[in-house]
Amino acid sequence: MAEGVYRRIVASRVRSQLAYPTSFALDCLAQAIGQALELVVILVVFGRVRSLGGFDREEVLLMYGLAGIAFGLADLAVGQLDDLPRWIRTGEFDVLLARPLGTLTQLATSDLQLRRLGRVAVGLVVLVAVITGAGIEPTPLNLALLVVTPLVGTVLISAIWVATCAVSFWVVDGKEVANAFTYGSSLTTSYPVTVFGPWLRRVFCFAVPSAFVAYFPALALLDRPDPLGLPHALRYASPLVAVVAVAVAALVWRTAVRRYQGAGS
Amino acid sequence: MLSPYPLLVRAGYRRRSVYLTASLAGLFTNTVFGLLRVAVLLAVVAQTGSTAGYDAGAVSAFVWLGQGLIAVVMLWGDGELSERVRSGDIAIDLSRPWDLQLALLAGDLGRAGHAVLFRLAPPVAFGALVLPFRWPTDPVPTILLFTASTVLAVVVSFALRFLLDLSTFWLLDSRGVRSVYNGLGGVLAGLTVPLAFFPDALRGLLYATPFPAILQTPIDVFTERDGLAALLAHQLLWAVALLALGRLVLARATRKLVVQGG
Repeated sequence: MAEGVYRRIVASRVRSQLAYPTSFALDCLAQAIGQALELVVILVVFGRVRSLGGFDREEVLLMYGLAGIAFGLADLAVGQLDDLPRWIRTGEFDVLLARPLGTLTQLATSDLQLRRLGRVAVGLVVLVAVITGAGIEPTPLNLALLVVTPLVGTVLISAIWVATCAVSFWVVDGKEVANAFTYGSSLTTSYPVTVFGPWLRRVFCFAVPSAFVAYFPALALLDRPDPLGLPHALRYASPLVAVVAVAVAALVWRTAVRRYQGAGS
Repeated sequence: MLSPYPLLVRAGYRRRSVYLTASLAGLFTNTVFGLLRVAVLLAVVAQTGSTAGYDAGAVSAFVWLGQGLIAVVMLWGDGELSERVRSGDIAIDLSRPWDLQLALLAGDLGRAGHAVLFRLAPPVAFGALVLPFRWPTDPVPTILLFTASTVLAVVVSFALRFLLDLSTFWLLDSRGVRSVYNGLGGVLAGLTVPLAFFPDALRGLLYATPFPAILQTPIDVFTERDGLAALLAHQLLWAVALLALGRLVLARATRKLVVQGG
């Protein structure tokens, strides 16, 4: 029964956005530009140097493409959580609690921002463009990796999004803090982790598991040894890490909602 | 009669100082992004020792000043004026005994003053403590010029945001326009990568726009790069031109405005 409700909610959200086609097209364009900015940075940087963190331009663009699709889809799925502080402050979150549906799914479907597909499109175009240039062998395993990686990456980034946005239940203005991790992950996933120093890597690539979104799968696709000398198995570990990340995110969210006492009088 | 503008500057400052936790949260985000950004640029510079005149210290100064200046110049506007145009409250603002553009600019300068203390100084101090940092070799004149350049940067950014918000008079919803601007602003103004890294032809095109005046120029002044006189003239020119254009557009918009009700 619940699925039917969600389908109708999502369909209504989609209709409402397409009601203003010009505004929607501009919004899509803005998202595409937003995503393409990091592409400009990568291209400008490679106009000055031949390699970054031990990887050449095509290899970095491969990571950028994989990460871009994953980030765009995750933003589409759970980006609405950025509004969580407003839901809490105005007391609207209490309304969600009173309904016989999950709070997280209600928030996620509160707005399905199709314009995020602008981001996905840029990632997809770059990925397709560099597949041949980066020298990826067309083996069945690689083809499967190319399809699975952006999807697993979506789950990973969504889990990061949920877990960090839950901070808003404890901290007023938690949104900015969460942004450092959500939008920050868009940056950390687009580059090889070798670029970041040991401490940044520990926090933003492994503790926040953004290295598993694009870096490790890209090593597998490129059939390259890890410059950091980490275990070979890690490059295929992303799905497993995603399962753990989802479990952690679910736990954080439940704990947060359980201790939530309402903002009203 | 007492001029309202100095008071508006103070009000702009005090309005921001109420939201201390918001400043702290913003500071945290700026610092994290600064660390990630500087890591990428340091990896670039480390290969050659110096790229386009930037060494490790200059790259670090570029990133931390940039992260701080975003809040000072308010690169990404909040669309407050746009919302007032949409709701019609703009009619009240226009009937007050002040010059609307000047009044808003005064408030914005006060806001920027608060941001210098709470959003610019901390990331710069942090960056200078944990990473190599290029301090001015000739501190007194450089800091004075940097102050002037930052004020001009705030004015240029304000004048652009003012124009974008006024577009609401014709578009009824400026969100699309503003989000395109917000997207482009970061790269064109020199937030993510120094404009000196761009190929020469592109850089020429960039300096035909006001964007470099918003972030790159004050940073160039601080890091004492060459050709500062031309850069400051570029800022001044755009500040004057954009303010004038804003007045023109506002006059047009006011003529179009119909106030309903009695």
